[in-house]
Amino acid sequence: MAVEVKKQTQFTMVQALRSALFEEMERDENVVCLGEDIGPRGGVFLVTEGLIDRFGKDRVIDTPLAEAGIIGAALGMALRGLKPVAEIQFIDFLYPGFDNLVSEVAKMRYRSAGQFGASMVVRSPYGGGVRGGGYHSQSPEAYYVATPGLKVVVPSNPYDAKGLLISSIRDPDPVVFMEPKKIYRAVKSELPEGPYEVPLGKAAVSRAGKHVSVITFGAMVPVAWEAADKMKADGVEVEVVDMRTLQPYDTDAIMQTVAKTGHVVVLQEAPRIGGYGGEIAAFVAEQAIEYIEGPIMRVAGHDTPFPYALEKAYMPTSDRVCRAIKKTLNF
Amino acid sequence: MAGGTNERRMKSAPKLRTPLPDGLTKQALRDMYYAMVMTRLCDDRAFALNRQGKIPFAATCQGHEAVQVGAAYALKRGTDWLVPYYRDTAMAVAFGVTAKEQLMCLFARKGDIFSSGRQFPNHYSVPDRNIASISSIIAAHVTHAVGMALAFKMRKEPRVTLVSFGEGSTSEGEWHEALNFAGIHKVPCVFLCENNEYAISVPQQLQMAVRNVADRAAGYGIPGVLCDGTDVMATYVTVREAVERARRGEGPTLVEAKCYRAMSHTSDDNQLTYRTNDEIEALKGRDPIPKFEAWLKERGVLDDDAMASLRAKAQAEVDEATDWAEEQAPPTEDDLYTHVYAQGPLA
Ligand SMILES: Cc1ncc(C[n+]2csc(CCOP(=O)(O)OP(=O)(O)O)c2C)c(N)n1
Ligand SMILES: [Mg+2]
Repeated sequence: MAVEVKKQTQFTMVQALRSALFEEMERDENVVCLGEDIGPRGGVFLVTEGLIDRFGKDRVIDTPLAEAGIIGAALGMALRGLKPVAEIQFIDFLYPGFDNLVSEVAKMRYRSAGQFGASMVVRSPYGGGVRGGGYHSQSPEAYYVATPGLKVVVPSNPYDAKGLLISSIRDPDPVVFMEPKKIYRAVKSELPEGPYEVPLGKAAVSRAGKHVSVITFGAMVPVAWEAADKMKADGVEVEVVDMRTLQPYDTDAIMQTVAKTGHVVVLQEAPRIGGYGGEIAAFVAEQAIEYIEGPIMRVAGHDTPFPYALEKAYMPTSDRVCRAIKKTLNF
Repeated sequence: MAGGTNERRMKSAPKLRTPLPDGLTKQALRDMYYAMVMTRLCDDRAFALNRQGKIPFAATCQGHEAVQVGAAYALKRGTDWLVPYYRDTAMAVAFGVTAKEQLMCLFARKGDIFSSGRQFPNHYSVPDRNIASISSIIAAHVTHAVGMALAFKMRKEPRVTLVSFGEGSTSEGEWHEALNFAGIHKVPCVFLCENNEYAISVPQQLQMAVRNVADRAAGYGIPGVLCDGTDVMATYVTVREAVERARRGEGPTLVEAKCYRAMSHTSDDNQLTYRTNDEIEALKGRDPIPKFEAWLKERGVLDDDAMASLRAKAQAEVDEATDWAEEQAPPTEDDLYTHVYAQGPLA
């Protein structure tokens, strides 16, 4: 089944990612995809649909059910000049490959004093909101962010998804590319024809405002917008900053928004304790305290494993974001 | 016994001239039939509820009923332990899980005895019936089964664990670590592969270069045996031999039961994207339930009327369980923080 990607102008995130893979594989014969069910099935979320028809089973490899093997083999391929894009079916299943990722992939450049690198991408859907239960819903970005040598990228919309994936494939270092599955098909956006890059390490002001900054990423960006809409009734203008790359992260963008608003709410799906939001909050406390006029608030998932029936109670909502906004503003 | 595959098992399955195989009474055979039929009805109900939007997710075991029930009956209920995987509805039912309990987990109610609505369906945790707790992580549980069996051995308890998994699961590193450990320590564990030839969309030939999962046993110095997993008696006889061997202290066995997956991988999958209609249609001829019905009739265990009345009873049980479970309450926000730690809540 051939999938037309060229003539289309309106893309969901899934389609945007697929077109990034198509175009990068067309452009560079070293780009190779590997993962479970990515061949005729097209991946369980259909991101790789049609790739095997176009590029064949040598470049679109349906691997055995073995994540350590996927990550380790991808590293080996990268060491000999291929550009592997490994798909892990759900990021919850990356742990069997965790050792290879954090001990080998992440440290390859450093431990060989730059003689070897690991230019490869590990793509994987993450996050809740699809009633996936405890092992198809987690947001484990903190583990990867805490591993120097890895870059961690999380898009929040189709345009960024395509450009960030292309930049990740072209990057000389390993990238954990986390795809917010809840919004895989939530919106369609207009994309330019052909490949383009969205630079890694650069955040975006996804909505401008002047009273409070909500700093977030991935599937929480729409939740922040919803909160921004609700706060308008109180005359509060919320600025939403989409980090896009969690590591290395855009400190300038944080300084700018904090200087502008003086109030910060960080928003993530993962449990609060030990989460990425804590890093942002600590950075603001260290570097931007002179601008701060209220407590730096964290809105997060709960400090529990991810539940099945209680998913709604677990996930951060715009109401929780609004409460945090009011708390910092009314300090 | 040396490692290696015993192909004979497959052919020699149920040429049982005696009316009943060792260890099975007529009542046990009726119960086995009931477990298979009831599971099939539960499965159909689960898919129907999913299509109606009443439950988020369903995974069925259609095509696996014979291996699961045969294996469960080869164990001693109340003594031995099961470490199943997510496709083992019939195995759990044969170990005492009821239609009500099954439906409660499908609806993810607070009163779901497995996880109180915390886990996906079929992720059993039933300590009072010797069924271990499992996650969705492929092959992680295989190592647990080995540790449990080692504990039995160390404490000189005459128990056996049976751990099951698909053929795709045998690609994971942890699967190999488990079998190697078990082989060295000769733990009382039976490894049961339910080989349905697919891991979601990936066919067996992309999963392993050996013809049989049982061939892998040689690498761990344990016996590997094959059986027809659509034949409940063949599975029963094969697994029972492995269980007895384990109980005698002779160590683990890898049993591979060849079966098939009738439905899509789960309610989130559509197997027509990677499997032809002809292939799926052809599977219907291998249905383990009619096969067992013929066997039961031939031996005079159950006639048509008796089978019809058991089917009607199972249908009534599943219907009643569905209506009842649908009415039960889901967990509430107050339940979110319980059981994170023994002494909680953390909030
Ligand atoms: C570590 C891990 N990787 C991937 C998955 C996703 N997954 C769930 S079931 C499955 C296929 C399993 O196939 P098999 O072991 O043959 O069992 P079957 O479903 O066929 O009974 C996959 C890839 C997972 N749950 N865990
Ligand atoms: Mg299988």
